[in-house]
Amino acid sequence: MATIVEWIAIALALAGAIVCAISAFGLIRLPDVYLRSHAATKSAALGVLFVLVGAFLFFWVVDGEINAKLLLAILFVFITSPVAGHLNGRAAYRSGVKLWKGSVRDDFKPVLESGGKSGPETAHEAEPPKRP
Amino acid sequence: MINVFLNLALAILALAVLGCAYRLIVGPSRSDRIAALDTIGIVLLAMVAVLCMRLDTQALTEIILVIGILTFIGTTVLARYIERGSVIEDGDDR
Repeated sequence: MATIVEWIAIALALAGAIVCAISAFGLIRLPDVYLRSHAATKSAALGVLFVLVGAFLFFWVVDGEINAKLLLAILFVFITSPVAGHLNGRAAYRSGVKLWKGSVRDDFKPVLESGGKSGPETAHEAEPPKRP
Repeated sequence: MINVFLNLALAILALAVLGCAYRLIVGPSRSDRIAALDTIGIVLLAMVAVLCMRLDTQALTEIILVIGILTFIGTTVLARYIERGSVIEDGDDR
C-alpha cells in the first residue's frame, strides 16, 4: 500500500515537472506579454501544485506525518500566483506595451480613456469595444 | 528506481528554468522579464520540493515557503515600479 502511494507521489512530481516544462515552452513561443502571462501564471502554478501535492503525499506515506508547511506552501502558491500575474499584466498595459496584432478586443482601453484611474464600475458605462 | 524518476523530474525542471532564462535575457519589454523571473522562482520552488523527496528529508520545506514569499514580493515590487515609477510613494494620491 505504501509503495503504491509512493509511486503515485512520484508520478505526480514527474507530471508537475512536465507541466512546468510546457509552461516554459509557452513562455518562449507565445507572441505577446499578455499571452505569455497565461503560460507564466496558470500552467506554472498548476505544475508546482502537482509537485507539492506529490511531495505532501510522499512524506505522509513514507514518514507517516502530515507536513503543514507543504500545505501552507500549496495554499500560498495557489493564492499569490494569479495575483502576481494580474499585477504584471496591468503594469505592462499601463506602461505602454503594445498588444499582439492578432488580438481581438481590448476591454481595458475604454476604462482608461473614460475614467483614468477609476475601477471596474465605470467599465459598464463606457462604450462597448469595437471589434476590428 | 525511485531516484531515477526524481532525477528525471529535476532535469525537466532545469530545462524549464533554461527556457525562462531565455525569455529573461531576450524579452522585448521589462514586463516579459518580470514574468520570466516570476516563473523561475516558482519552478525553483518545485525543484526544492523534488529535492526534498530525492534526499528523503523534510528539512528543506521551509525553503519552499521562503522562496514562494520572496518571489511574490519581488514580482509585486517590480510591477509596481514599472507601473508608477517608484516603489514607495509619499502622500496619499493612489
